[in-house]
Amino acid sequence: MQTFDLSAQGLRALNSTLHGLKGQTNMTSWEIINPKGAHAIAVGLDAPVDVTVRGSTGYYCAGMNKQATVRVKGSAGPGVAENMMSGTVIIDGDASQYAGATGRGGLLVIKGNASSRCGISMKGIDIVVHGNIGHMSAFMAQSGNMVVLGDAGEALGDSLYEARLFVRGSVKSLGADCIEKEMRPEHLALLADLLKRGEADHLAKPEEFKRYGSARKLYTFNIDNASSY
Amino acid sequence: MSDFPRTPPKQSWTFSNDINAEIRRAAATGIYDIRGGGSKRKLPHFDDLLFLGASISRYPLEGYREKCATDVWLGTRYAKKPIHLDIPVTIAGMSFGALSGPAKEALGRGASAAGTSTTTGDGGMTEEERGHSKTLVYQYLPSRYGMNPDDLRRADAIEVVVGQGAKPGGGGMLLGQKISDRVAQMRNLPKGIDQRSACRHPDWTGPDDLEIKILELREITDWEKPIYVKVGGARPYYDTALAVKAGADVVVLDGMQGGTAATQDVFIENVGMPILACIPQAVKALQDLGMHRKVQLIVSGGIRTGADVAKAMALGADAVAIGTAALVALGDNDPALEAEYNKLGTTAGAYDDWHEGKDPAGITTQDPELFKRFDPILGGRRLKNYLKVMTLEAQTIARACGKNHLHNLEPEDLCALSIEAAAMAGVPLAGTNWIPGRNGSF
Repeated sequence: MQTFDLSAQGLRALNSTLHGLKGQTNMTSWEIINPKGAHAIAVGLDAPVDVTVRGSTGYYCAGMNKQATVRVKGSAGPGVAENMMSGTVIIDGDASQYAGATGRGGLLVIKGNASSRCGISMKGIDIVVHGNIGHMSAFMAQSGNMVVLGDAGEALGDSLYEARLFVRGSVKSLGADCIEKEMRPEHLALLADLLKRGEADHLAKPEEFKRYGSARKLYTFNIDNASSY
Repeated sequence: MSDFPRTPPKQSWTFSNDINAEIRRAAATGIYDIRGGGSKRKLPHFDDLLFLGASISRYPLEGYREKCATDVWLGTRYAKKPIHLDIPVTIAGMSFGALSGPAKEALGRGASAAGTSTTTGDGGMTEEERGHSKTLVYQYLPSRYGMNPDDLRRADAIEVVVGQGAKPGGGGMLLGQKISDRVAQMRNLPKGIDQRSACRHPDWTGPDDLEIKILELREITDWEKPIYVKVGGARPYYDTALAVKAGADVVVLDGMQGGTAATQDVFIENVGMPILACIPQAVKALQDLGMHRKVQLIVSGGIRTGADVAKAMALGADAVAIGTAALVALGDNDPALEAEYNKLGTTAGAYDDWHEGKDPAGITTQDPELFKRFDPILGGRRLKNYLKVMTLEAQTIARACGKNHLHNLEPEDLCALSIEAAAMAGVPLAGTNWIPGRNGSF
């Protein structure tokens, strides 16, 4: 285990060191201490390393992650794992706005609650939230899967495309073009896998969820739908 | 019949033929007009400015002997690897999706041959463009279509797009006709559906967040790349100041003549300001912050000639960007294709239905049969020629003003032909020392 004291060594040295691991495999386990809510911690990683942040992070922790596993032993600020490509990001606490925004791959697990716009414009990422999510989550979500063990706020999945949303609790309201859909066997199997990978299979069963997706009525502009926008 | 002369038919200025035609079109279709390009209305522009040239008080440089440099450094504020261009005329962001792959290749070929940069667009980075652009600026847009860290790292600069001149405050729409398999795959969306580009970034709001977003991009790219911030011409003083505050290396300012692939005509013609009115305010913001020439200013929107380049630089810009003019240089709206434009219900010079993907020039289309017509090698050569001519023209003017570098052009070299242009550009009305709005004048 390599230990990096962020408050003593600074952000630039941290990310530079982690970027330098590309192609290396002998220093695969890292611990970052004293994060003190700093922004842009462990961004742009591209190596199969395991990074644990001991404390809470500011904006964009693990942004554009590839391959790495990043664990935050605290809460995460806005835009955690934004545009993630692959790998895994696990937040023990809560996540602020835009968690997993535009993510294209990999798995984001939030063990607490996620604020508004969780999964906004997601493009292939899988997101598992053990708690609740805020309003406008999965806005314009293009693809990927979002699993919410708790409740969803207003306007879930507004203007979404092909992303699949699974919510166990209540949904305050659905956004434009988002509808409840039939839960078929393949969705239950997908959900079981997501719950397992999201460290939530001991907390919920696939049968307890409802599935939401796009009605696909706004896919092509139609003046008769103008009031939906 | 009376022998008295009749009052001749009189058309209304308010209800002109154009306006009435649009009313009829709206009534028939129930949808607003969508088109490509920038504002077509007559606006105060660089045509309303003149250079004074050298006389007794200043002496000129010899046209074919004395040097007038044209190079520009971009990104010198923070980037470890700032960009050095031979000429200050860059190619503005235009997406793959809006343009064909061969058209993007031609832009790269022409720009590289002329010693300047190209810019991606709202569809990600294509191999055609990266492969043929010596210097490539990668746009970071609200939609994040195709965004990935590998392309960020292989870009030469990053342009955070907040807005564009054709539609400040607006997003975009790539209509289904242009969503081929390849475009759909790059954007993670189904083929053939209308693709919306958001008007706001999904993970930041406001200048304080932007500062953190720029920090993240710098960290991901190890502080190597210059980071531009592009804004539409709406509140250029404040937008420029806030971009500087957020940490931009370069501010890109796009006036309302700047083109778009597809937007509502009502938006293009009624939102934003002409570039002439934008430049002095942006320069003032940079000067007030002590950052003029430290944070570079690239301006765009209606740049057509070397005279426009020289005028923009005299007003304080470090470089310009061209989009529509580059497409024309490639062959867009060429009268040689008049018969085909007629079949589409338009005429050469007026064709702006770029969103429909039927461009007979093969530039703004994803139809393989149409884009096969376009030769990217020839197109690149034409663009190079055009960029060279613009540069020569700007040098000609600069030498006449006694300048040994285009950056030495200054507002004192200019006068204005109209009160409006004088007020907007902050230069005297020709033949007077009057700058409306200055020194207590109204």
